Amino acid sequence: MAECHPVGFQWVMEARQRGTKVFHIDPRFSRTSASVDRYLPIRAGSDIVLLGALINHVLSNGLDFREYVLAYTNAATLVNQEFRDTEDLDGLFSGYDEETGRYDPSTWAYEGDMPEEEELTEGGRHHAEAAGSDSYGARGAGASATPPSDPTLTNPRCVYQILKRHYSRYTPEMVEELCGIPPERFRELAEAVTANSGRERTTAWVYSVGWTQHSVGVQYIRAASILQLLLGNMGRPGGGIMALRGHASIQGSTDIPTLFNLLPGYIAMPHAHRHDGLDDYLEREGSDTGWWGNRRAYVVSLLKAWWGDAATEDNDYHFDYLPRLTGDHGHYSTVMGQIDGKVKGYFVVGENPAVGSANGKAQRLGLANLDWLVVRDLVTVETATFWKDAPEIETGELRTEEIGTEVFFMPAATHVEKEGTFTNTQRLLQWREKALDPPEDCRSDLWFYHHLGKRIRQRLGGDAIDRPVTELTWDYPEIGERREPDAEAVLREINGSDADGRPLASLRELKPDGSTSCGCWIYCGVYADGVNQAARRKPHTEQGPAALEWGWAWPANRRILYNRASADPDGRPWSERKKYVYWDAEQGRWVGPDVPDFEEDKAPGYVPPEGAKAQHALAGTDPFIMQSDGRGWLYVPSGLADGPLPTHYEPHESAVRNTLYGQQSNPARRTIDRAENPYNPALSPRFPYVYTTSRLTEHHTTGAMSRPLPYLAELQPEAFCEVSREMAEELGLENGGWATIVTARTAIELRVLVTGRVRPLRVNRRTVHQVIMPYHWGYGGGGVITGDVVNDLGSVVLDPNVYIQESKAGTCDVLPGRRPRGRALLDLVERYRHG
Amino acid sequence: MAEQRMGFFTDTTVCIGCKACEVACKEWNDVPDDGFVFRATSYDNTGSLGASTWRHVAFVEQDGRWLMMSDVCKHCTHAACLDVCPTGALFRTEFDTVVVQPDVCNGCGYCVPACPYGVIDRREDDGRAWKCTLCYDRLRGGMEPACAKACPTKSIQFGPLDELRERAQERVERLHAEGMTDARLYGESPDNGVGGTGAFFLLMDEPETYGLPPDPVVTTRDLPAMWRWAGGAALALAAGVAVCFAGRKP
Amino acid sequence: MPKGQGEVVPEAPFRSYYGQPVVKQPIWHEPHMPTYLYLGGMSGAASAMAAVARLTGHERLELAARTAAFAGGTAGAAFLVAELGRPMRFLNMLRVFKPSSPMSVGSWTLAAQGGLTSVAMGSAVTGVLPVVGDAATLASGLSGVAMATYTAVLLADTAVPAWHEAMRELPFLFAGSALASAGAAVMLTTPRALAGPARAAAVAGAVTEVVAGEVMERRLGMLGEPYRKGRAGTLMRASRALTLGGGLLATVAGRSRTLTALSGLAITAGALCTRFGVLEAGRVSARDPKYTVVPQRDRLDAGAPAHVPGR
Repeated sequence: MAECHPVGFQWVMEARQRGTKVFHIDPRFSRTSASVDRYLPIRAGSDIVLLGALINHVLSNGLDFREYVLAYTNAATLVNQEFRDTEDLDGLFSGYDEETGRYDPSTWAYEGDMPEEEELTEGGRHHAEAAGSDSYGARGAGASATPPSDPTLTNPRCVYQILKRHYSRYTPEMVEELCGIPPERFRELAEAVTANSGRERTTAWVYSVGWTQHSVGVQYIRAASILQLLLGNMGRPGGGIMALRGHASIQGSTDIPTLFNLLPGYIAMPHAHRHDGLDDYLEREGSDTGWWGNRRAYVVSLLKAWWGDAATEDNDYHFDYLPRLTGDHGHYSTVMGQIDGKVKGYFVVGENPAVGSANGKAQRLGLANLDWLVVRDLVTVETATFWKDAPEIETGELRTEEIGTEVFFMPAATHVEKEGTFTNTQRLLQWREKALDPPEDCRSDLWFYHHLGKRIRQRLGGDAIDRPVTELTWDYPEIGERREPDAEAVLREINGSDADGRPLASLRELKPDGSTSCGCWIYCGVYADGVNQAARRKPHTEQGPAALEWGWAWPANRRILYNRASADPDGRPWSERKKYVYWDAEQGRWVGPDVPDFEEDKAPGYVPPEGAKAQHALAGTDPFIMQSDGRGWLYVPSGLADGPLPTHYEPHESAVRNTLYGQQSNPARRTIDRAENPYNPALSPRFPYVYTTSRLTEHHTTGAMSRPLPYLAELQPEAFCEVSREMAEELGLENGGWATIVTARTAIELRVLVTGRVRPLRVNRRTVHQVIMPYHWGYGGGGVITGDVVNDLGSVVLDPNVYIQESKAGTCDVLPGRRPRGRALLDLVERYRHG
Repeated sequence: MAEQRMGFFTDTTVCIGCKACEVACKEWNDVPDDGFVFRATSYDNTGSLGASTWRHVAFVEQDGRWLMMSDVCKHCTHAACLDVCPTGALFRTEFDTVVVQPDVCNGCGYCVPACPYGVIDRREDDGRAWKCTLCYDRLRGGMEPACAKACPTKSIQFGPLDELRERAQERVERLHAEGMTDARLYGESPDNGVGGTGAFFLLMDEPETYGLPPDPVVTTRDLPAMWRWAGGAALALAAGVAVCFAGRKP
Repeated sequence: MPKGQGEVVPEAPFRSYYGQPVVKQPIWHEPHMPTYLYLGGMSGAASAMAAVARLTGHERLELAARTAAFAGGTAGAAFLVAELGRPMRFLNMLRVFKPSSPMSVGSWTLAAQGGLTSVAMGSAVTGVLPVVGDAATLASGLSGVAMATYTAVLLADTAVPAWHEAMRELPFLFAGSALASAGAAVMLTTPRALAGPARAAAVAGAVTEVVAGEVMERRLGMLGEPYRKGRAGTLMRASRALTLGGGLLATVAGRSRTLTALSGLAITAGALCTRFGVLEAGRVSARDPKYTVVPQRDRLDAGAPAHVPGR
């Protein structure tokens, strides 16, 4: 966090000065490790073992926050009799199909929940193929609001007992064996985490792509969620799980998504084969209880925002105008489609896949096979110049004169040259003013899409197929000579308005009858009272502890999600020290420094009447209001593609055997078995070293925003790898010299930094060396400095839920000296591929 | 005129090595880049303070810890660079800081080896001496220096020197109480060899580990003695010449 | 300072930042700066000789000394300007007079020296205003001794360990070297019969230079190392051999033109080697953090940290 989020890390430093104990668990000793109380080196790709052992520590020592767990989680809920755990099946859950490599999740359901036909179930085939579970970040899969339960937690089929059995083999010994963390260090961590949880104290977890970019990435986060729920650390001040983002407003770009499978506000993209009309879609996507029960209002308001008066009840609000998924349209399948000639055109906006995505060669082969490519960026990134300077030109795999791709480079405005919002990881929207006009032809993204849309609309006729575009509301006011669209008008549209055009104040005002429009239901209220709430900047010294008047947080300006859980079931604060949102019986409402993430006047004693829908179906003691049962899910009965409980699987390319189960890797992981994407065999002696990629404070992602700047470039001028003294000794690597890193994809050369910060780990009773590689360099990119592309080493193997690539744990070989050039490079890699 | 002496207290125990100070300094003061060299000295690729690096973050790798420290001109009470500057290009400001006037500096370079901390240096291309100005222009405008402004963890603290010294003393005492007995202040004492520095530090190891002199002296402290020895030599020279002529008739 | 006094100094353990220097090396260029130091010294001592020659009536020798002083001063100034890059930069030195800066004092000394020796030379060549010329010669005797010795302060008044700590001996080293080189220059340009005082000066200067150098290196202990090792060591040893040899030759040079020439050239070469050697030793001592850290650490360990009395 100090390394990649130094500004945010100031608060950690402040907390430390106030006595907070901070642990850093990471394969590499970074600036963060230097600034904490205890650093634990861990083998890349083994975190679920550690988290599982913490869960086991909590459960087997009875350290869970029992009142919280009983009242607010699904610990007591009974699970289907047919369910079989990894304990029973040596690393597999019930429902696995060897042939397809997919799970049928129906046996994972709660007792009494009727599994649907497999085809259409959430988590089922079509669903999984289109990364359906990606949307559960906020949505929650459908499950019964009141499943059978056993409050004594003794029924062997209750979640609590299943959990206990599932994690019983995650012992400190396994942590030592697989993570390389000695038992005394584990004990220190476990004691700190449990001692700092409960009524009086809370513990927070902070993670970044070191947890997500794995073939089991989603389950890493799930494991942390289970731990936090067991310890009562969700919905309370100082608790939670914080995702550190890789760019400014990455949170914003999932809220108003740039993802193929989502519509604004985590509404699922309709699927061509799972959904017919609006009613069918609404019936299949999500449950009727909890706040998702209002999804008709969210979806209809979105359709009204997009198609305005053209969207009416009679035409299903033009639900038919929405594009439909037919399967996986994610980044990597798009690239394979390019190589196969199925994808002809490509927009790349503020991204640099030729350097930033796994298996750079496949990326560039795809780019070279396009008809046209639009790149919008601040500088001519490698993705725009691959046709003349890609490594494949040097090796002869590509020839400039044979590449037919027409590249359009559109210079973009920087963040200070345009206005708009950033949404940070705390869901906080902060408005930025424009400081100056962008130079020359540089334009904001808003300008680009607005005017592109206008030009396309001009060229379209009245054919039915054109109507989804011609009937779009596309009437943003234009400002100044450059006709920059008014960004506040867009924010107003996102906020939504009622039938009279008045800005909505809250998402509760959204109507399912077409009388309201709203571009993103979770952002509803950001323009309440016609005021740009995201532009508020009252200093924290002049307001309460939750700083409600700094920017605006979705939903409804709530700063801590599920904060009903900060009070006990009766609505009283768990403790004076951790008092936050609580029930004031006199006023008959929830009060506290934050906006309650709960109906303000729903009493703790509220019991939902039979057949109640949406939020009304949740009791006054159900804080997790987006879930169908209002509970925090220790166990996920539906929605995930690779199992209801996090389970340790080795990375696809691992140097280590999975000693927890017979099953080596995530059985549901996505592999792309093609010539362009060869894999290192697991446990291969040809690739004995573990590598992980990383970032540095001095650079930003692929370097497009930092390598062209001399002030940043000089601070980390060359691509390098960090290795331990022992590994350097073993291989004859010299500090300041060169190393060649080889995988089945390619070989790259990096400068060597020999450092005591990297230590060999003892894993499975043998020594495992790790190579740490920052990935900020590329072959061009308008940079004053260049270097080999680290992500060229990586393979495309994906988490089955969200299709993130496994770039944080791979295997490689390391040779001293520089890599061969040209044809000789291909020969070297070829030799490695075939042993 | 400011009544108070202004300075920096750099608390290395909270430095996270982000180098924002280096970059902010260059942005504000329009300092050119210092070359693109991979030095293989931990995460330090600028090496040391110099004509084109006025804040420099040192990275010291030790067993189990990684010390980081943002170095800067010390703005000494008795500043050798200022003392020895023959042109008056270096001067003491109303904030009791030491600043080079680039329009007066003639590039004689004498200040360069005079500095006991190796701070000031001459730029090869323009031939003049440059160093930290403690953002003299910003101070005059009532703002804090760019590095202190950019520091996310308050490792670089700017303020009246008296207050900073007090704060630093408290901080060291607290760290000692917490068992961090390595903590020590560097440069704050008016009794040291430069009469105390306007920019002082809280270090976690011996100063030389960070590339700092353990017990620097302002070289001009000994200037009277030097002149006395030189005077003696001059007299001896005159006498010697006289002796050579003595008794020799033309 | 621990006193080494000639015994072998054990390699002191010390800590540093990746072996990087603590203080900056002097940035003066070669050959500009050492040549300037030689020329200034030679000019200064020659002026002193000219003044004494005037007072004692050695007219022919006085002319040679005036010439040497003028030539040395002028050429020295040229080298200094070359070091600075532009003539205006030397004039800029004279915008203030700063006693705390040996460079400022030196600039004024050089200006005086250059002015006085020019007047003296001009008068001697043209025969105009002989009284003024003579007065200038006498005055240059004063500026000359300053010129010959201030450069020692110029070097010592830095943080360069091998210079600063040599503050006592450096003036004698430079004064001796100046005297020897001025003696050599005058000896070379004066008829042998009339050059007796110049030969004496050459010999006396050479002896002083060698003795001062030896004393300096011994007293400096560990900090004497840079004067003994590497290129600086070679230069200092060459300097000593040339100076001693030249001095020895000078004692017998009265008899032969060739010997005079050999002696004069050896002494001149020796004086140049001294300046190059001292400059290089300074650089080495600044470059290796040992020479900065160890003496300071010793001071701290001995419980006697540096202190500067308030001014």
